[in-house]
Amino acid sequence: MNTMILERGRLDEAPPTKNAAETMVAFEHVQKTYDGRTLVVEDLNLTVRRGEFLTMLGPSGSGKTTTLMMLGGFEQPTSGRILLEGQAVERQPPERRDIGFVFQNYALFPHMTVAENVCFPLRYRGIKGAQARRRVEDALCMVKLAGLGERRPAQLSGGQQQRVALARAMVFNPKLILMDEPLGALDKQLREHMQVEIRKIQQRLGITMVYVTHDQSEALTMSDRIAVFHEGRIQQLSDPVTLYDRPDNRFVAGFIGDNNTLACEFIGTENAFNVVRMTDGTRFLTTGASGQAGSKLTMSLRPERLGLDNEERKSAENRIHVRVLDRTFLGDRVRLTLEAFGSDRLIASLPAAQGASIQPESQVEMACFAADCRTLTR
Amino acid sequence: MTQTMFLAPPAAGINLRAALRRAQRPGRFRAFALALPALVFLLITFAAPIGVFLTTAVSNREVRDVLPQTIIALDGWDGQVTPGEDVYVALVADLAKAKENNTAAALGKRLNYESAGMRSRIMSIVRHLDSMGKGPLAPQFAALDPVWASPDLWAILKRNASPVTPYYLLTAVDFAQDASGAIVRAPQDQAVFLGILGRTLLIAGLVTFATLLLGFPTAYVISLAPAGIAGFLLLMVLLPLWTSLLVRTTAWVVLLQTDGIINQALLALGLTTEKLQLMLTRFGTVTAMTHIQLPFTLLPILSVMKSIPQGQMRAARSLGAPPFFAFWRVYAPQTLPGVAAGCLMTFILSLGYYITPALVGGPRDQMMSNFIATYINRDLNWGMAAALACVLLVMTLSIYLLFLRLVGAERIKLG
Repeated sequence: MNTMILERGRLDEAPPTKNAAETMVAFEHVQKTYDGRTLVVEDLNLTVRRGEFLTMLGPSGSGKTTTLMMLGGFEQPTSGRILLEGQAVERQPPERRDIGFVFQNYALFPHMTVAENVCFPLRYRGIKGAQARRRVEDALCMVKLAGLGERRPAQLSGGQQQRVALARAMVFNPKLILMDEPLGALDKQLREHMQVEIRKIQQRLGITMVYVTHDQSEALTMSDRIAVFHEGRIQQLSDPVTLYDRPDNRFVAGFIGDNNTLACEFIGTENAFNVVRMTDGTRFLTTGASGQAGSKLTMSLRPERLGLDNEERKSAENRIHVRVLDRTFLGDRVRLTLEAFGSDRLIASLPAAQGASIQPESQVEMACFAADCRTLTR
Repeated sequence: MTQTMFLAPPAAGINLRAALRRAQRPGRFRAFALALPALVFLLITFAAPIGVFLTTAVSNREVRDVLPQTIIALDGWDGQVTPGEDVYVALVADLAKAKENNTAAALGKRLNYESAGMRSRIMSIVRHLDSMGKGPLAPQFAALDPVWASPDLWAILKRNASPVTPYYLLTAVDFAQDASGAIVRAPQDQAVFLGILGRTLLIAGLVTFATLLLGFPTAYVISLAPAGIAGFLLLMVLLPLWTSLLVRTTAWVVLLQTDGIINQALLALGLTTEKLQLMLTRFGTVTAMTHIQLPFTLLPILSVMKSIPQGQMRAARSLGAPPFFAFWRVYAPQTLPGVAAGCLMTFILSLGYYITPALVGGPRDQMMSNFIATYINRDLNWGMAAALACVLLVMTLSIYLLFLRLVGAERIKLG
């Protein structure tokens, strides 16, 4: 018992890790439970690098917002440590953490003007008078709202309110900025515009941002790295391209973009590829996780990586004979619903020019590269 | 053609507005028809009786009804010296009729308001009517009471010939008319009403302040509590509201009286060695009124607090404000519409309190309403009661308007 306390004490006073200069935030074995029975966050270990845009992506109830709230200081971890620039902050109140926070519904103060809202954090940092005015002006310029300082938040559109919230979170040069689904209330066009804006500002100023969203396309567009949350755990942490092309597990494969997930059985390896058997016995070459002979695996294949067996896919390792069940025209692309390997359903997405001539109920030869067929163990 | 085209846009604009009015008319009629029963009910049972009652504040029928001939006779009198014999004759004739109709006492009572002793003077004349001899009446009147020789007394009669009088309203704000009819400050011993008005405002203010002090933190706790607990707390607040005002006030009498629960508890705990005077004090009045008014202040505040998103405080904290400042600069200003509505409601309701000060308060804690009640029930002086009611009504309306001006109508959330 005594030794345990001593152990903990020693651990808490441990010097910052050697790559502290690059590490902005570190979660170490963080757990969170609200009711003492279920863990909302299970043993979270995550580092956020200085200057990066890290997105926590996941469905609602996956623990991503709780993680953000713990970092912001609005929730306390049940156990574990949160280091901000090497300092343990899990017991520090939010106002002492120097973190900018953009809330889901912006949380602008309705009784203050836009300028007063943006000036709010400055008054607690001893910045007054002309200097404060200049900082407010600069921040409003940054979000393209110069000249609207005297308005009330209620007089602004949703997109403008969002910009004010961003300006207010940036104006005091915080160590990092946290955003909790900040674009959720905007319409699609404005949301896409703001994604680009926020990303530009982040890159220009080199601010560290931690962003929470359940919108996978938003995460792919904006992030340096994405942490996919599900059931209180990080399922995968990687850059958007890796996340899309090489999902680590079935959840990530299904959550990010469209995907075909097919059951298969591991046979062996051949020329650095895995060999699997599909439900009807077809041999397939894949990459990704392997297993013991006979073990059940899942194969994931992106719809756009499955194409007609033509010149383009001459060297493709895998060929499938499919029956077309349905064809949907999407303008630039055609989406085919296919039946293959006996009774498995597959989705393929072809360029419109290639797919236009394919009729439902016809039989088609399709092909895909082994590199695009990812086997997953879970 | 060109002209028509030139004229077309404004004409179309007017037609459009007229068309809109036409289109909305059925809806407006329907709305009015739906509200009509309540409107008629209020008019008959509330607005009309109050309006009629308030006119008694200026009504002045007594002299006109009882002394018609005297009034005519006094018409030509210049008011400088004692009037001529014809006026005396007219007065005697009027009073003889009044004696028959038993209206002399009412006249005496009315004139007594203007000048103390008038009642006995009139009644003495009435008693001596039969023994009045032939010859000039003026010396005989003077023999009964030398004041009859003074023109001031006759001036009072002449002044009250008018069917309306400013007397009650002036008295209600501590003014009076002197013999010449000029408006002057009321004599020191009669100038009590502004003091009562001030006391009424003070007690209402104290009660409002106390309910705000108790209600605001309670509303805050309820607004943050989980649904189940919040419901229970709200029930605790509402329960007194569902109990009769009289019952609650009587309960306070039980608590506050000299041998009451509070005194017994204090004695038992050794906090005091002798029984405290709690009943019939300002403290008791304000305490009991605060208890009764608490829900009225609390509920509007609570409804506004519930509409303030939790993110507001969090945002303020994340931007660097310590908890108190986050509360004071971000949360509290947003509760203002509720605070304004709650305080306004309690202050205005407190201005009209009657039962609680009557039962719990001492003679120095009686409010405007208590005096109105006394004038109606004991003194049968409806004019004075109506005048005080007028003052209270005007006071209440001006405070309401002042409040709207200060806070802004759109910032008060009564519902």
